[in-house]
Amino acid sequence: MSYPEMPPSYRLKDLVSSQTVRAKMTVRDWEEATEIAGSLLIKSGVALPEYIVAMKRVLKEMGPYAVIAPGIVLLHARPEDGVLKPGLALVTLSTPVNFGHTENDPVDLVFALAATDKTSHLQGLQELAQLLSDGDVLKGLRSAQTDEELLKIVHSS
Amino acid sequence: MKIATLCGMGFGTSMMLKLFIDEILKAEGIKAEVIPWDLGSFKGQNADLIVAPTDMEQHLRSASGKVVLIKNLVDKEEIKEKVLAAVREFLQGK
Repeated sequence: MSYPEMPPSYRLKDLVSSQTVRAKMTVRDWEEATEIAGSLLIKSGVALPEYIVAMKRVLKEMGPYAVIAPGIVLLHARPEDGVLKPGLALVTLSTPVNFGHTENDPVDLVFALAATDKTSHLQGLQELAQLLSDGDVLKGLRSAQTDEELLKIVHSS
Repeated sequence: MKIATLCGMGFGTSMMLKLFIDEILKAEGIKAEVIPWDLGSFKGQNADLIVAPTDMEQHLRSASGKVVLIKNLVDKEEIKEKVLAAVREFLQGK
């Protein structure tokens, strides 16, 4: 008897790796911030280069609603825009940049999410939401000077 | 009552919002149907309450139903406060 395969469920530690975090980058503007976060996803085999173009397009077409909380943007595009496997990148900026949001600008925590379907990354996303609602975690993310420090905090859930 | 949670792509924040709102309503003993949508699929749909991130309101001008805008999508207090207030208002209006 065969059972239908359970879809994999990705936790935050499955989505974020040492290859997908970068601390204290300096960028010109929101486009460069998007490119850098996207390049982490590409280098780690999570997405194809076209995913960066797609994430920028989503921002331009739908507006900056992805700045989901003060200082925090969750970049994303569709699975068919070039996602190879689920993953999440985090880039912290030494100088915040504006994404055009009426209330939550400027941004210094840049997350880029690549999902392959509607639900397998949900647990990881909920863990992320939990972390981001914690003021101490936010402080830690913002003060981490190295990639290792940053990764440690993200994995501390 | 019917509640719609919205986000741009339909696979992340709208689902997270739905799960959290389900929790809140259960704790209050309020029954509602909460459905996550991406903006594109939602157009033309009806809901009594529409919960969306701020800056999405421009896309919701022609939506029927009360729009609740959330500034901080990871702030449970904000979501709980705004959603419960809107739900109670809706239930009283019936």
